[in-house]
Amino acid sequence: MSNSQMIQTDLNSVLTLEELAEIDHELEHIPYKSGAAIDALKIVQSSRGWVSDECLQAIAKHLEMSSEELEGVATFYNLIYRRPVGDNVVLFCDSVSCWINGCDDIKEMISQKLGVDYGETTSDNAYTLLPVPCLGACDRAPVMMVGDDLVTHLDRETIDTIFANKESGSET
Amino acid sequence: MEKVLTRNISPGKAPTDIAAYEANGGYSALRKAMTVMSPDDCRQVISDSNLRGRGGAGFPTGMKWSFVPMGDKCSPGHKYLVCNADEMEPGTFKDRLLMEFDPHQLIEGMILSAYCIGADISYIFIRGEYVVAIERLRAALADCYARGYLGENILGSGYKLEMYVHPSAGRYICGEETALINALEGKRANPRAKPPFPQVSGLWGRPTIVNNVETLCNIPHIIDRGADWFKGLGVGEDAGTKLFGVSGRVKNPGCWELPMGTSVREILEDHAGGMQDGLQLKGFLPGGGSTDFLTRDHLDLAMDYNVIGKAGSRMGTGTMIILDDKTCPVGMVLNLIRFFAHESCGFCTPCRDGLPWSRQVLEDIENGRGKKEDLDTLEYQIKYIGAIGNTHCALAPGAMEPLQSALKYFREDFEHHISGRACPYRSVGGS
Repeated sequence: MSNSQMIQTDLNSVLTLEELAEIDHELEHIPYKSGAAIDALKIVQSSRGWVSDECLQAIAKHLEMSSEELEGVATFYNLIYRRPVGDNVVLFCDSVSCWINGCDDIKEMISQKLGVDYGETTSDNAYTLLPVPCLGACDRAPVMMVGDDLVTHLDRETIDTIFANKESGSET
Repeated sequence: MEKVLTRNISPGKAPTDIAAYEANGGYSALRKAMTVMSPDDCRQVISDSNLRGRGGAGFPTGMKWSFVPMGDKCSPGHKYLVCNADEMEPGTFKDRLLMEFDPHQLIEGMILSAYCIGADISYIFIRGEYVVAIERLRAALADCYARGYLGENILGSGYKLEMYVHPSAGRYICGEETALINALEGKRANPRAKPPFPQVSGLWGRPTIVNNVETLCNIPHIIDRGADWFKGLGVGEDAGTKLFGVSGRVKNPGCWELPMGTSVREILEDHAGGMQDGLQLKGFLPGGGSTDFLTRDHLDLAMDYNVIGKAGSRMGTGTMIILDDKTCPVGMVLNLIRFFAHESCGFCTPCRDGLPWSRQVLEDIENGRGKKEDLDTLEYQIKYIGAIGNTHCALAPGAMEPLQSALKYFREDFEHHISGRACPYRSVGGS
């Protein structure tokens, strides 16, 4: 993040009153302000989809911590997004039980269909594809999450149904 | 067999709400504890029951609790009970079931456990992807507050407890209890140096107990029915029942509650239905991705902590991952090492730099670029990364477990990759 941006932006006006109220609600049962760092990142992300540099600096200021320290926290966690994501994040399980059940082929199908690889977002902003540690549904492998929904027993048919509005490779 | 942990859970049955939970005896253990049992009484029953932690390490729960300073020995301030619901060990899918389908059992277990150690604040630290479980636990907590099972003066006993559901922001390492505590404090989830142990100085520097979901779900039943009853449930050395799971290419993958000490063969053949047609069992990880492979020679072993330990592996989470004869063992180990390398917190060098090195060597072998001396390199890595004490926490040594046992049992497969300059399984569709 650039210093010039930090100087130019009035950090007091970046977060909405609702976001600040939610963060302060978390602080009620946390003894130190910086203890709400992850909660605050999640609150902001839940309303905006991701955490921009501006938001990160505003949160850091509100929690009386350095933005560098908060950045270290934000980038540690895979469910905090420091880059914009699409309307739906696809969390694709590539751990061992899904791998045994052929998830590499399924991932290829999804990449073909959506025209994206891991870390990329479709051009219509509908989906961002990310890998995720074992989703804990190994008896129904292969699995993934689309937004909040767990999708199990993935095969060509389920992929075609879920991404029905996507033509093969149309996004490339 | 008597169902204990899953007595309110059946395939196709709706999740258990508070009315159904109470109708089947739920919260009677809490009433018993709040009316006629002191925290000391309750702790004694848990110690006597020989309950061992179900998160993977199998540490005796009563002993873990015994390190928490009690009464005058504890400085004034909060004490914490934390439920580790961060189920992320590759191949593990048991806590999800318990939380989604019987959230009150976990909550009752937590209230009782908090009472045992004198905690006044408790957290359910749950992975963010468990959206359904988070929703159901939050609804269940609201019901508990409404009925006076949580909050001030629980059931008129004078005991006070607050409970929060805390969804995590990700990362496998949060399952390590001191990393989990750092995550709860809003920090990067690097594990802490021990000592001090969390029982003495954990969350916000205060005494803290972290227990796995399944461990906590056992507590109401033990308080209700006693230590001897619990010990009688196991068919081997260990007490109680256990959720055992099987994933991989078997006919009927799933998760079942069975007596502790049930044989691997019974779990695999009777419950998981055996291997899918055309496949043979080649090996299995008995309890998640960071346990050593066992083979067909170990099918008649009892799933007990010590029995599996003596065979050179760990019972871990009790959820087995099956390797069949048409899936490449090198590819499977590569998948696991890639996972652990990716999930390293980056704090200590053997883990941060060692695991990617192992991954690189395995990638070379799997992709036909392996050299004979690569096997020596892997042995060297196992020796240094795998030794407890060389690393800051157990992640990297855990990662070495499937690798070292794969080299022991499936060495020919590694050698064939190197001599044939290709993965011999690719043509048969295993990987």
